[in-house]
Amino acid sequence: MAVRAGRALPFPARFARSDAALPLGLLAPTIVFLTLLILIPVAQALLLSFQATEGTLGIEAYRRMVHDVAFADSLRNTLLLLVLVVPVQLVLALAMALLIHSRFPGHGIFLYIFALPLAISDLAAGIVWLSIFADTGYMNSALAGLGLATEPINFLSYENLHLVLLTIIVAESWRATAIVLVILLAGLQLIPREYFEAADLFGASRMKRTLLVVLPMLRPSLQSALIIRTIFAFQTFAVVLALAGRQFPVLSYEAYDWYYNNRNEFIAAAFAALILLMTLTVTVFYLRLLRVKDAEIQR
Amino acid sequence: MRHARVAAAFALVAAILASACGGGTGGAPSGGTAAPGAAAVSSDPFVMLSTQLNTVTESEALRSQILSGFTAAKVEFRGEEAGPFADRIAAEAKAGKGTVGVIGALHGDFGAISADLFEDLGPLATKLKDRGFPAEFMELGKLGTSKQIYIPWMQATYILGVNKQALQYLPSGASVDNITYTQLTEWCKNIADKTGRKRCGLPAGPKSLLHRLIQGYMYPAYTGGLVTTYKSSEAATLWRDLKDLWQHVNPQSLQIDFMQESMLSGEVWVGFDHVARLVKAFEGKPNDFVAAPAPKGPKGLYYMSVLAGLAIPKSTPNKSGAEAFIDYMTTPGVQSKTLTAVSFFPVLNQALPADLPPHLKIEAEGVQKQSKHPDAKVALLPVGLGAKGGEFNKVQLDTFQRIVIKGEDIQKVLNEQAAILQNVMNDTKAPCWRPDPPSTGPCQVK
Repeated sequence: MAVRAGRALPFPARFARSDAALPLGLLAPTIVFLTLLILIPVAQALLLSFQATEGTLGIEAYRRMVHDVAFADSLRNTLLLLVLVVPVQLVLALAMALLIHSRFPGHGIFLYIFALPLAISDLAAGIVWLSIFADTGYMNSALAGLGLATEPINFLSYENLHLVLLTIIVAESWRATAIVLVILLAGLQLIPREYFEAADLFGASRMKRTLLVVLPMLRPSLQSALIIRTIFAFQTFAVVLALAGRQFPVLSYEAYDWYYNNRNEFIAAAFAALILLMTLTVTVFYLRLLRVKDAEIQR
Repeated sequence: MRHARVAAAFALVAAILASACGGGTGGAPSGGTAAPGAAAVSSDPFVMLSTQLNTVTESEALRSQILSGFTAAKVEFRGEEAGPFADRIAAEAKAGKGTVGVIGALHGDFGAISADLFEDLGPLATKLKDRGFPAEFMELGKLGTSKQIYIPWMQATYILGVNKQALQYLPSGASVDNITYTQLTEWCKNIADKTGRKRCGLPAGPKSLLHRLIQGYMYPAYTGGLVTTYKSSEAATLWRDLKDLWQHVNPQSLQIDFMQESMLSGEVWVGFDHVARLVKAFEGKPNDFVAAPAPKGPKGLYYMSVLAGLAIPKSTPNKSGAEAFIDYMTTPGVQSKTLTAVSFFPVLNQALPADLPPHLKIEAEGVQKQSKHPDAKVALLPVGLGAKGGEFNKVQLDTFQRIVIKGEDIQKVLNEQAAILQNVMNDTKAPCWRPDPPSTGPCQVK
């Protein structure tokens, strides 16, 4: 009522009563968090990458990055993993989520089993898979026990990089499908029951219901899952390191190697900047591709 | 003459040759306090940050068997990778307040940290001069500066670990204690041909020490140098031979950081690695293994002596305690205990304990055969490279990748990598180190 009294209030009080106050207030912690922990470090890393030695600006670090022995291989391998792993995981996770969502008896147990890899650290997962695929690992023991192989198979040999790639895909799929599953399952559970009932009423088959109701309604979750998975795929590191060592270089390993082993933070930052650029590009691409139009929401 | 003198000083055998019952096991109980006459020692707790002994078993052995004997102040051992290690020292110095009281690291790790961040241990070195540190070790501890940056702590080297089953496949006329690099290739080929499995191992994983084998063993043995001879015709021969050897090496070597696990599992019979990365094989199956000297090349049997030291950062929370701790760690008794606990050799000219456990006996015999070999010569760890040490190592590792793994043209790769090597030398202005001949100004690739 004091407002009506006509006296102009001081700015904070006026702001607190405006329409923008609530959304901005709710956003504030996120903005502070992102600025402190993401934006400032990103700016610092970019600044580092444009130096050759402390205090001089230039693109020397990028020049050396591009001419690095492992650059072409690591770029190719990172993209290769992205293209091969993400679709596999998406399909697997979708199938698993639908399976659990169908609420067959005992579906709860499957959720726990599928989500188990979430609790294991990257490197531990890599080492577990190493113990499976090593020359004297479980896989070779099993093959020998079944009489399928007389000599151990070198799954992880540089002489056969296709097999190395395959083991990495298997290990990565096992390790990181669960996060996609959790996101998709949450999305599935958000779809109102009425849609399914309506579909049933019109006699839609299971397949039709999945294709015409579930998938379109799941698009926002698919978008989040794709973005998160792709970002993780660019950062793939520990599993590859454990299984393939230096023979299968990826971008994040090169950044690590330049920083920790070669002690050159500038070139390491250049690699990090490249990963950031690629991540941003792909994220923008997904946001546009899977955009939910306003009209669709109102339909 | 000088070779002989340095070799003698560097050789681990200096420690071993002395009579085994010389009572050098540090008869005097080292109570863990500073030597008599020292100023009062503060009991403020501090952290020992180390790039060495940072595996779980090594850390545990150090804590329970070595640190427990130091009672003047509470010391907490923390192992760390070389990268974060250097960052933490720099960060504590910047903050002006530290928890790290003592640093334990390899000679090369110290180079990555600015010399200004360390206390000058000159006075402590003077106090400890009767301990019997080889003069060369103390000189290395200065890292080319005028102040004593670290006090030598423990040492190691690289040798061959050999499963006895492999001995029957030695090429005719070759002796395991006196083998050339080409005979090693023949040996590995024999093993692969006759057993159907490639059972020789070179550690070439992401955390392996392959670069040291190239720097301190292969290059000097073939070319008599490292930097100056990097793209010489002798170097080309070395890489051709290494490529041949690699044909018969277990392809899993690219994931192997420590040879001992693969040797214990039987995947590798002949492994070339750091003694501390072989010793678990000797410990697990002492009856199955022998240790042998590194192979020799046309220029002799070169080997590298690895030295670790203890230093005090200027940000130490307890300087008197840290000095008393270094004093304690370098007493003959604790040096012997360090050997039995973590398999690193003493840095003092002292006798080894007479009652060495079997795995250490195997290790000591191999080390001794290597340093007493008639063609043995010592190569130094890279000196004066500072933080560029990593980029220097990368030159050899990249050369290995390109020539041996990817099969690129040898001379072309050597010319290109030599140019990168020269840049590193120019950036650091490091003069040549043994076995390259001394230089004025930065070491030059010929």
